[in-house]
Parts: sequence; C-alpha cells; structure tokens
Amino acid sequence: MEILVCARRVPDTSENEISLNAAGNDIERDELVYSVNEADNYAVEEALQIRDRVGGNVTVATIGGEDDEEILRRELAMGANQAVLISDDAFSGSDGKGVATILKDFVRKGRYDLILTGVQADDGAAQVGGMLAAMLDYPFASLVNSIALEDGKLKVSREIEGGNREINEIDLPCVLSIQTGINEPRYVGMRGIRQVASAPIPTLGASDLGVDQGAVGEAAARVKRVDYFVPALSKGAEMLDGSREENADKVLELVAAKGGLK
Amino acid sequence: MVVAAVRRLVFKPARYAVPAKYGKSHTPDAVFLLGLIAILMVADSMFSASNATRHLQQNQPVETLAVFSLPWMLKAAIGAMPLATLWALNVGAYLVHELTFYFLLCYRPFGIQFHVETSLFSVYFAKLERGTLKPVRWGVPDESLDQVKSFGVKTFEDFTWKHMLDFYSCADCGRCADNCPANAVGRPLSPRFITIKARDYAFQHYPVLGKAHNHKPLIGNIYSEDEIWSCTTCGACEEECPLLVEYIDKIVDLRRGMIDDGNVPQSLQKPLKALESRGNPYGKMEKKRGDWAKAIPPGSQPTNAVKLLDGKSGADTLYFVDSITSYDDRMQAIGRATARILECLGKNFGILGATEKDSGHEVRRFGEEMLFMALRDHNTEVIKAAGVQRIVTADPHAYNALKHDYKDVPPVEHIVQVVAREVRDGNVRFNPVEDKDRVYAYHDPCYLGRHNQVYDDPRDVLDSIPGLTRVEMQRSRDRSFCCGGGGLMLFYEPKEDQRMGMLRVRMAAEAGANVIVTACPFCMVNIEDAIKVAGMEGKMSVMDLTELVDRHLVREGTEKTEKLEAATCGG
Ligand code: SF4
Ligand code: SF4
Repeated sequence: MEILVCARRVPDTSENEISLNAAGNDIERDELVYSVNEADNYAVEEALQIRDRVGGNVTVATIGGEDDEEILRRELAMGANQAVLISDDAFSGSDGKGVATILKDFVRKGRYDLILTGVQADDGAAQVGGMLAAMLDYPFASLVNSIALEDGKLKVSREIEGGNREINEIDLPCVLSIQTGINEPRYVGMRGIRQVASAPIPTLGASDLGVDQGAVGEAAARVKRVDYFVPALSKGAEMLDGSREENADKVLELVAAKGGLK
Repeated sequence: MVVAAVRRLVFKPARYAVPAKYGKSHTPDAVFLLGLIAILMVADSMFSASNATRHLQQNQPVETLAVFSLPWMLKAAIGAMPLATLWALNVGAYLVHELTFYFLLCYRPFGIQFHVETSLFSVYFAKLERGTLKPVRWGVPDESLDQVKSFGVKTFEDFTWKHMLDFYSCADCGRCADNCPANAVGRPLSPRFITIKARDYAFQHYPVLGKAHNHKPLIGNIYSEDEIWSCTTCGACEEECPLLVEYIDKIVDLRRGMIDDGNVPQSLQKPLKALESRGNPYGKMEKKRGDWAKAIPPGSQPTNAVKLLDGKSGADTLYFVDSITSYDDRMQAIGRATARILECLGKNFGILGATEKDSGHEVRRFGEEMLFMALRDHNTEVIKAAGVQRIVTADPHAYNALKHDYKDVPPVEHIVQVVAREVRDGNVRFNPVEDKDRVYAYHDPCYLGRHNQVYDDPRDVLDSIPGLTRVEMQRSRDRSFCCGGGGLMLFYEPKEDQRMGMLRVRMAAEAGANVIVTACPFCMVNIEDAIKVAGMEGKMSVMDLTELVDRHLVREGTEKTEKLEAATCGG
C-alpha cells in the first residue's frame, strides 16, 4: 500500500514558554524549539505499522522551508521510505484552503492509496484533512483511533464524546485524520537521525506541482488572523486548600457531580 | 552433604524458590547431584573399609582409618564377613566409584553445579572499576560508533563472552534478588532470573545434539520490556554477589538494544527529546538554568551573586549543578545551600549557568549512548573553557558521570567530601544541633555509597555537629536500599506494588529516626514523596546534608548567639 502522511513542524508546547511578541500578532519565536506535530507523529507510526503488515511505501511530506527538513529527517529515521519538502515563496501566508490546494496538487502527482494527517496541528484548526479529501473527491474520516484493513476496504474507528466508539467502513483511496493515542510511536534517537543525515530529501515548488499560484499564498487567503492574545484568567476556577484527604474527597465529589463517575 | 540436603529439602530458604514465570525449580537437579556425591562418598568409604578389613583378616599391615569416619564405621559393620565377600565389596565399590565419578564429570556442565568450574574464570575476569559502564562495543572508539550496525544486546549472541560466562557461573544462590529493591517492591525484575533465564535459553538453543536455533530477540521472548526498565542501576545485586556476576552492564546493554529499535516507553520519550533539544529532561529554557542562584534571598549568604564562569572570572572551582537542582523548586534549596557552604569555606567558585547541560548520567544508563555523548562533549567543552582546576557537585549522579563517564575534565568531588576534609583539618566548626530531640539517620545514595565508596565522610560530618543524635538503619553503607532511582527513573512509570521510598522510610522509622539525611536531590524527591504517600508527614522528614551543614556552620560572629540568617560569612 502506498501511504502518504502530511506532517508539520510546530513549536513544542511541552518545551517552550509561549509568550506574545512585541507587535502582539504572533508568539515570540526566538529561542523556540520545534518538533513534529504530535498527532502527525502518531499518523506516521500508524502508516509504518500498516506498511509493515501489508507491504508498500510510506512517504512523509511537509509544506515549509529549509528548517522544516528537521522533522522529515526524524520521520525518515523512524522508518519512512521517503520524505518530500514542499517549498515555495508563493506558498507563504496560505490559509487552510491554500494548504489543502497545495497538498491536492502534490497528491495528484503521485499514486497514494491512503493519506493520513494528524487530527490537528498544535497551532492549527483541524481543517486541512477534510478540505484535501473534498478537493480530491476522496472519502474522509476524522478523529480515527484504530485502522483495520479487510479485503481492500478499511475499517476505522473513532471515539465519540463520552467514550463510546464507532466503526466505519471506508473505501480506498481515502483521507484519514489520526487521533493521538492510536498507537505508541517508536523512539527516534540521535543515532537514527545521524544514520539518515545524508538521505536525499527532494524539494518541490509551485511549478513542479503545477499549483495555481492565484489559489495559494497570502493574497488568496480568505481567512486572516487579526489578533492573538493570551486570555485573561477568568473566574470559575476553584482552589482546594484543605488537607490531602479532604481535597481528594472534594475532587471525587466534583467529578461525580459533573457526571464523570458512574 | 547432609547439611546441604537438609537445607534443600527441609528448610528450603525462600530465595531458592523459582516462581513459575521464571522457569522450573532447580531442586530435583540439586538433589540428583547431592545423590551422586553421596554415592561417591559411600563407595569410597566402602572401598577403604573393605580393604582394611581384608588386610586385617589376612594379617597384613592395616590402613589407619580415622575414628568415627564413615570408613571406620563401615569397617566395624563388615568385620565378620568372609574374605570372598570382602573382595567382591572391594571391587564393586571401586567400580561404582569409577562409574559415578566419570558420569558426574560428564554431567557437570548440564547441572546446577557447573558454576564451581566456570566461576574460577569469571571471577578472574570480573570487572573491578566501580561506577563505570562498559562501552557500546569493546575496542570500538567513540568516533567509530557510527559504523557499528546494531547497538546493545538484542539477541543472546550479542552478549559478550564474559557476560555469557557469568550466566554459567551464577551459583543460583539468590542473594542478588534478596537485595534488589526492584524485586522487593514487586517490580517484574529479579536479577537472579536475568541470569537463570539466559542460561536456560543457552541450553535450549544450543543443544548437545541437533541444530542450534539462535538469533531470536530476547525482549518479548525471555525478558519483558518492563523487566529491563525496572532496574535503578543501584548496584545492590553486584555488591552482594559472591561470584561477582555483573548486572548493570547487561541491563544497560539490553536497554541500548531497545533504544536502537525505538522500543522506548512513551513516558521516557518526552524527557529524552527535551534533553536533546534543551539539555534538561523537563524541557525548560536554557537561559533559566542559573536562575536558582538569583533567588538567594537578600541578607542570606552569599551576599554576592554566584559567579558565572566565562573563563575570565578567575574562579578555580566549578560548582556543577545539574538539571534537577537547577530547575526543581524544592531542589534549588540544595543548590543555594551548596553555594553558601562553598562561599563560607572561602572557595573561589562559580557555575556554568545557561551553558551547562544535563550530565547525561541517566541518559547513558537508560541506554541512549549517542545522546549521552552529545551532552558529555558539550559539557566537557564548556568546563574546559571555564578554566577551573576542580569541580564540586552536590548531585551524586553528576559526580559519578564526571568522575567515570567523562574524560579530560578536572578532578571532581562531592560537596560532602569537601566539607568532611575541612572538618578534619579543623577549618570549620558547627553550632550545636538546632533541634536536640530529633534523631537522624543517614541514607546512602547509591551513586555516592556503593558506586563510589563514600561512606564515612557524610557520617563524620554529621557526627561533628555537637549534640546531634544519629542512628544507623539496618540496611546502610554497602547494603543501602535504593530510594527509587534518579534522573529518567523519575519519569518512568513502573509496575510495582509499592514505592521503594516507602520501604526506605519504614526502615528509617524502625531504626528509631525521625529525620532522614541524604546527599542527593533524587533521594530527596523519592523520600519526600514516600513520606507523603505513607502519611508520615510530621513524624518523619527528609533533608539534604548540605542544608543541615548550611544551617549549622559557624560563620564569623554567629557562634551560638546570633541568628544564622543574619550572619556574615567568615570565609
Ligand atoms: S542494580 Fe539494583 S535494581 Fe538493578 S537489578 Fe541490581 S539490585 Fe536490582
Ligand atoms: S548473587 Fe550472584 S551467584 Fe547468587 S544468584 Fe545472584 S548472580 Fe547468582
């Protein structure tokens, strides 16, 4: 099976102290450390496991610049067969639809049976997967937390609010957005990354993919960020300051009151 | 022999038992071997007795038989037998002895007593350097590691010959398991069975007759992942083993194999990734690494901010702080106490601040050798650039790393060793103990005690505080009981019935102590947690030796009368 995983590089939320920049329209990006978006990493692991079961290839693609190669190397070290960097000045400032358009043209250049994305990027809006499927006219399932392959069809399950699960059958080719926790991604150490340090990573631009430049980039973006701020702490947080036992009892009581315990 | 049989069959020490999950009991084999030895003894005695009796009856010179020995008794029993019977007995005993003897010689390599022969060699070749780890591959220098195809031990064949020899040499006595803290709290690890399972595997997969079927992965087959991650590398097993069987090197090699295959628990992946990108397992900002020193409240010691070493500071001593003391709110107090002590002792010292990275001690012991090497190389470079003559640390893990895992760095001491020397030289004195009603017990951190043999210095320092009452826990010094492990072990979520720290806190209570003094920030975390979990707050407390020293140091003009907080430092 030919599998494509669309991944992104994001500031690592667990390793950064996120603060606003002076202009107030973005976060302060100096001194940030980045890593592959967590859900995307689960998608790569899932793709590798499917490949190891049924054979085929896993390709990881990302849209970005030179810096983003870092995550492609990591995914190669994890075991992906190839990685592609989709990069062009014309792409910068694209909104979700622009990103989906670029990916659509990339997908049309190849032959993929299955396209996986993470359920959403840490700083994203969970929109690209669905739009990409619509543009390709492929079926789409979101929030997937298990995948089984049965005679050319996929059985995917997703979690429903409240902890129930639903199983859907879906035809190939299709697009799935993958939920974290679907598997246990393997560890990639420094040694693995060094071993793929010289693996070639092709870069494809707008003309390579035949992207309609009028449909992408900042000019085409119809969703624009106008503000970015840290919300003020609101009321409603309740501090428990009793003894450990009292606090434990109180927490139990609160959870039960909200229907969390049956 | 009778004693051994009675011990095996009547008393059955608990540690001889083999839980079903680890294989089958060795008692039948033990009894069989004892039987063979019994046959040898009886046949030999019968041979001597029949000889002597025959000579007596024929009026020939008679061999002297020791009174009350088995031959002596047998001689009394067969004295009246006819000569022909004696001859038959004599030849029969001879043949039985020969046959049994040669059978035993051939059988020995397959029985549990083979260790008697192999241990001669395994003890001779035993590793003597404490606190060290074996390299990834003997004879392969660090620069060439990239060419090594596979790291660590993944199949039985990946073990070194010495480690295989260890498997055969283990006497199966169970002392290691009895002392292993992981085993004691019900983690799925017993060092003895690391050996026994490997030995059984070797016999099964390399049969005398038939084809060897080998190269199967060990993890998921004879060892489980949790088993191998459960070890705190405390060294209790190795300390107790009468045959010097090594465990830490084997476990680290198995971990290297798992890391190489990407087989790492999610709970450990985040801190490892953070160590790679930020140089500390918490993912905290590098620039905040030295902030603890700024938090020294005004008016307390030292009044001058701790120097940052940049090569021009003129300081000759580096205080290597390491990650937990730099970033953990509670442990920062250890950093501040250490800085105040060094200041008071008149040391010209400084810290690396933002350029220091984690020592990598646990990174290495968790099998991530390449990441460790990157951390080590970075630290070595900045330490050299700082131009100091010596290093001091208050973290035994950093101490062990700098002392044994790093090369080409200045000599390193733990702060306890520095203070003990100053006490011995009469350079420092202590005020009488603040709280006379408290009873103190010193807990030996594994990487200060067992791995580096620093047992007396901390005790000497404690005993030089006037009026301090100190008791020893039953398990102390080289038998100290690990509190739960440091570094990455704090992130790992083990399967266990209870915490190691809980057992340790109870041991302190049994010894009659109500303050546990330790000399390691990780011990502090584990014991503090355990006190809370055990609900013993108020009855038991824990403090670092540096904090105790800092509170009692006699600084100029502070002797007995003035409050320490307002003191000016005499150094
Ligand atoms: S080093 Fe400690 S935890 Fe590990 S096996 Fe030995 S005794 Fe057990
Ligand atoms: S203490 Fe040594 S000889 Fe005894 S069971 Fe453990 S490894 Fe074997």
